[in-house]
Amino acid sequence: MTKKRKILIVDDELSVRNSLREWFLEDGFDVATAEDGESALREMHGAGPFDVFVIDLKMPGMDGITLQKRVQEADKDAAIIILTAFASVDTAVEALKLGAFDYITKPVDPDDLSNAVRNALRQRELSEENIRLRDKVREMVLPSPIIGESSKMRGVMGLIDAVAETDATVVIRGESGTGKELIARAIHARSPRRFFPIVAVNCGSIPETLLQSELFGHEKGAFTGAQYRRKGKIELANGGTLFLDEIGDITPQMQIDLLRVLESKRFTRLGGTQEVTSDFRLVCATNQDLEKLVEEGSFREDLYYRVNVFTIDVPPLRERAEDIPLLARFFVEKYARSMSKPVKAISPAAESVLAEYEWPGNVRELENAIERALVIGCGELLEPGDLPLRVERRAEERAGRPSRSSLASLEERHIQRVLEECGGNITRAASALGIDRGTLYNKLKRYGIERPA
Amino acid sequence: MSRTIYVAFLEGFNPSWGENLPARLTEWVPGPIEPLSSLALGMDPYYAPERGQYNATLVLARLLRYLPEPQAKIVGLTNVDLFIPVLTFVFGQAQLEGPGALVSTYRLRNEFYGLPPDAGLLRDRTIKEVVHELGHTFGLVHCRDYECVMHASTYVEEIDLKGPGFCSACRGGLHAATGTNATLGAGG
Repeated sequence: MTKKRKILIVDDELSVRNSLREWFLEDGFDVATAEDGESALREMHGAGPFDVFVIDLKMPGMDGITLQKRVQEADKDAAIIILTAFASVDTAVEALKLGAFDYITKPVDPDDLSNAVRNALRQRELSEENIRLRDKVREMVLPSPIIGESSKMRGVMGLIDAVAETDATVVIRGESGTGKELIARAIHARSPRRFFPIVAVNCGSIPETLLQSELFGHEKGAFTGAQYRRKGKIELANGGTLFLDEIGDITPQMQIDLLRVLESKRFTRLGGTQEVTSDFRLVCATNQDLEKLVEEGSFREDLYYRVNVFTIDVPPLRERAEDIPLLARFFVEKYARSMSKPVKAISPAAESVLAEYEWPGNVRELENAIERALVIGCGELLEPGDLPLRVERRAEERAGRPSRSSLASLEERHIQRVLEECGGNITRAASALGIDRGTLYNKLKRYGIERPA
Repeated sequence: MSRTIYVAFLEGFNPSWGENLPARLTEWVPGPIEPLSSLALGMDPYYAPERGQYNATLVLARLLRYLPEPQAKIVGLTNVDLFIPVLTFVFGQAQLEGPGALVSTYRLRNEFYGLPPDAGLLRDRTIKEVVHELGHTFGLVHCRDYECVMHASTYVEEIDLKGPGFCSACRGGLHAATGTNATLGAGG
């Protein structure tokens, strides 16, 4: 069944309102009328949104052109037809310049009125279709499916389903590259907030002063260089979900500010005095031991209790080795399609190389390895030789010469070597390691690695 | 039970085919259809000299006073040119889900468009417009099916294009509104 279209008729003459009302009711519209601009705006907020507006140009009080501007401020896609008893080219041009869809003179030929409304509706439908298609494209492009049939991943999926429908704050814990953001997006996509945005902020990779502006926004002139008002991520997440990655890395001051927002859902932009309200759901992620940070005093206990309502532990890839072939095949298909490569499958030899490797960078490292292998590979099968060298070397090391070094020391040495190879360039080194820049900064800090000059 | 539909010929309306009109309408609309004669409804008070036309809204309001029973419906036929304040003209007017409707033959005549008179064509157009306006009184709105009598017609050629019957969807709406399942001529 098609949706009933809504029309608002604004004219100070009762007989015009009534006759147009009858006319559009017979045309199957849901009709509302208003005698002046003020009542029209009230009607818009009460009974709106409307698909089409028929607005008289000359009315006592607010005239048609002013009302048209006010309507368009509230609904930029409103289809407006200006109606007037006085044919005037100047006002017609002004109305059309301001975005009115059409301009008709009273009394109107029934055919002209029908055509004007039909065309205005078509324009409105195109605008709506445009929005629907954009959403569809966003849906098709953004969310990646969560791949995994291991019992641990089935457990994670169960937890996502259990918590998504609620509005509870969630902490997602797991090593770097395990797909914590993917889990956050899955929670958002299954929640009643899914029609609003999910806004992600990586707290670990942004200096404190910038993080404040990033989260809370700022007013013009709040600091040097703040030339325009900027909305913060908290404000942008209104109605949706705020995803704070690396929550364990935020400074004590930011912890206080964040706690205040979580408790009141109100805040002020930097340099501003006006309170802003935002209704958002918080999902956080960390690869740190929050309890230990609380014990050490570097993470506030009250904030810990505020955020730690529901926890999802994402297992590292080595603990769900049975998912490696599934994930590898998924990434092969994904990159073969995007690179238009003929690669269709992974050879048994390459599969065993992938299975033997420990994947310290988890799924992100696996994805990176497959992507690079597809750049090199040309045949229909992905072979061990196509895989990045360090994967092979690592597999050989594991097979032949078991190392007594701890994983941490291996990681430290590996990061140092890659960083040197990349001439100290953080972006390139992070990309080569298959981790994001924020994680690399954290690791450099943790191991006390200096960037080569 | 179907409600009676009264057909009232207003001042000056007296075509040769008028007598058979109620009988022809029973083919397309449900319920007994009765002519309503001797209506003391003069058209002069509804004339708008600045437009040279008659105000359909006011005529319809007056016509409702002649409704014989409250649950009945009434459709008036006139040969004068009708308007509603915002439009240049109307072929007819009706109250959506109400008791009253009005149809003018003024612009249904071939002579209005400079063509030779055609009584048969005028009768067919009139029947379609009466059925259309009565459809509105049963709560039907305009239909997208260009062959259905409920299709909106803003010029006379569109009336010629459609039939006098309801499409299956509109017929369903009509049956739901009247609570009957009378066999009617189909259109669309």
